[in-house]
Amino acid sequence: MSANERKYDIEKIKDAHKVLKEFTYELKPVVRGYNDRTLYINLATLEIMEKPVPAEMKKKFIGGKGFDLKLLWDAVSGSTRWDSPENEICIATGPIAGNTNYPGSGKSIVTTISPATGIPIDCNVGGHFGPYLKFSGFDAMEIQGKSDREVIIFIDGNHGKIQILEAPLEAVNSHVLAEQLHEMFAANEREKQHVSAVSAGTGAEHTWIGCLNFSYWDKRRKLPRLKQAGRGGTGTVFRNKKIKALVVKYSGLTGKSNNPVDLETLQKTGLKLHKEIISLDDKQCQMRTIGTAHLVEIMNDYDLLPTKNFRYGSHPEAVKLASWVWKKYFTQNVPDGCWFGCTMSCAHGVDNFELKTGPYKGHKVLVDGPEYETVGGCGSNPAIFDPEAVIEINFYCDTYGIDTISFGTLTGFIMDCYENGILNKERCGGLEMTWGNWRAALELMHQMARGEGFGLVAGKGVKYMQEYFVKEYGADAQFLKDIGMHGKGLEQSEYQSKESLAQQGGYYLTNKGPQHDEAWLIFMDMVNNMIPTFEKKAEALHYFPVFRTWFSLQGLCKLPWNDIEPANNAENDEPNKVPEHVQNYVDIYNAITGEKIDKKEMLRQSERVYNFQRVFNLKMGHGKRPDDYPPYRAMGPVTVEEYESRAERYDTLMQEKQGIDPQGKSSEEKIKILRKYREQQYESLIDAVFKRRGWSKDGVPTVEHLKKIGMDLPEVIALVKKHL
Amino acid sequence: MKYLKTFAEKCNGCNTCMNVCSQLYFKKDDPEKSAIQVSPAGKNSYTLSVCDQCRVCAGECPTQAISVNKMGVVLINKNLCINCLACVAACPTATMMTYRGGLVPFKCIACDACAKECPTGALKIEVKEN
Repeated sequence: MSANERKYDIEKIKDAHKVLKEFTYELKPVVRGYNDRTLYINLATLEIMEKPVPAEMKKKFIGGKGFDLKLLWDAVSGSTRWDSPENEICIATGPIAGNTNYPGSGKSIVTTISPATGIPIDCNVGGHFGPYLKFSGFDAMEIQGKSDREVIIFIDGNHGKIQILEAPLEAVNSHVLAEQLHEMFAANEREKQHVSAVSAGTGAEHTWIGCLNFSYWDKRRKLPRLKQAGRGGTGTVFRNKKIKALVVKYSGLTGKSNNPVDLETLQKTGLKLHKEIISLDDKQCQMRTIGTAHLVEIMNDYDLLPTKNFRYGSHPEAVKLASWVWKKYFTQNVPDGCWFGCTMSCAHGVDNFELKTGPYKGHKVLVDGPEYETVGGCGSNPAIFDPEAVIEINFYCDTYGIDTISFGTLTGFIMDCYENGILNKERCGGLEMTWGNWRAALELMHQMARGEGFGLVAGKGVKYMQEYFVKEYGADAQFLKDIGMHGKGLEQSEYQSKESLAQQGGYYLTNKGPQHDEAWLIFMDMVNNMIPTFEKKAEALHYFPVFRTWFSLQGLCKLPWNDIEPANNAENDEPNKVPEHVQNYVDIYNAITGEKIDKKEMLRQSERVYNFQRVFNLKMGHGKRPDDYPPYRAMGPVTVEEYESRAERYDTLMQEKQGIDPQGKSSEEKIKILRKYREQQYESLIDAVFKRRGWSKDGVPTVEHLKKIGMDLPEVIALVKKHL
Repeated sequence: MKYLKTFAEKCNGCNTCMNVCSQLYFKKDDPEKSAIQVSPAGKNSYTLSVCDQCRVCAGECPTQAISVNKMGVVLINKNLCINCLACVAACPTATMMTYRGGLVPFKCIACDACAKECPTGALKIEVKEN
């Protein structure tokens, strides 16, 4: 049965294709994890070419997002905007990617100049596209220029052929389009597994929060699954270029497709982790049965689950979104890895879900997820505590190509503005954006997909709405600044950082805005109190963002690093680093590439790229200290009701840390006192972190530091010198 | 289902079964390449490890390379296997086998070759309820 229950004529769709350009290339085996070439496509000129990867590029940028950023840097200027023709969609894997032995080795990294932030965004995404692209012959691909018609780019990795196809008849929304493409490009049922597509949706066309869906064929469900490159508007850029889809087809995958130097070590290390996952996961994170949604009740219990636009960290109704609820919805006992050989198997799905709204109302569909961030963003944050509503929002976000995190955070912001009288039914185009009104939230999304009404305003994100509401409705700019949960233009992901200074830094002292890719320190800081001083916080805010960058240099998933731990992990001096798993990564990197790195050099590889990305932000006119501040709601209570919800905590803190007696003071007075203290704390944190990172007080990497870490390319040094 | 039943108390540790198995499937007398494993468990006693056709591996396989035939025997399709070894890790009896440098795992398919050669009658093909 088709996912969308609608018959389509594949032959007719295919017959409408017109080959705009065809390019052939020589097939060569991957050697030690690399092809040493990348693919360049220009949709305006229809140019297709392969580019060699110089030894220097490998050394400095390693792969994955390192390669993406290097290609993108060379393609754009400081005046390039997200919709400029020279902006690119870059997709890369990395030397470790595509191995089938070590869990979590199938990630693609997408990079572009973001419509939300104006600086590079990078997303780490599952699905089969990246590894198949790699084994088809390319370590990365970059797509530049804009097409004047709807196109599909097809890479035939077994025959060395690339086509740009005019593709007028395919669907745009991903759950239909992916199914059409798997059917169209596979000669038979068995070949569907060898196809992977990248697509967006109609929502990505009309918003700045568009995401990309990377597909893989689920043999058991006989349907394509979709994994999202969610953050920062990658799908928006994709649709702006009139790309309907990228399709790759490759068969021939084996355990040594990377031609590793030391297969035995790779197998042995992978097998060790497989066994660890299979024997310990049930006692640890339950990724195999619930996935990241296991976090919901934990976050709620620790007062960290965002509710009502991040006002609070818990809610009595959050239990309706708890892990055991999702376990019942998720189909159990199927291997749900988004790449072959991932026994962590966390990509769960809800089968045969009947939609209640929108253009596919009444259809029974497969929904990928929800994962934790979607539950937090589209559930608790807008106070939607109906799990089926969350599933439906999740489904439509994916198929429309809309990021669930940005959608959830901006919906919470709208509902907050609605309650505060800044918005009303009329200003929202007839939608009653009250807390928990999931039908209104869904209709807002359908408007985004149709490109109409209030959806057009909302779809541009929190930062745009702040300015719009001030200009159009005379809203209080300071209040909107305080409650608009974005940094650099990117909506915050779904953890409450108010009481964790380190996590405020983890979110806002970042290269790309408040996401959970760079640092997640809430538990270390707040629950376990492991990093009490500024120096320790700064060390964590140096180490973890740098370490975590390495996953996206390699085409790896982070989850098998610390969502499963060796049974004796707690006995280590630094259990938060999961030292045994870090050594695993060093071992498999060396086993594939033949290099001989250690943990120190591993960090150095990342540090080079992390600093390069910071300098890239400078190139785009951002990337300095003023860009790194949170909205106050991420740091403390904005309103009286927020203060009073945690009055005891705040009063005690005032007495103990500030030496001020809260007795007799009004909540308004106490908010001001606390705010002054917390803002000072944050300034001190910035100073400590920038110093540890080798940056100036203004947040610019120093020449000495860049030389020390080996990121001293002439154009990088020349650029920072202008800002020092 | 058809499976190889073991009677460890009859085993004399001669390793004939391992020899027969590795010779038949790998053309080599190599204990590492035998689907049945004999290991000492004390004075004159041995442990026999071999697949009991429980099918856990089939549920773990991401490419459906592992299937069950009409007789209930679990088989690996080498053409579909992508060598991830998830089945090896998932096997509750540690009898989904792999060897150094090998890509596709292997296992007992209840072929009866070893049982026929066993001098003490410690191995026997039997049928049990699924």
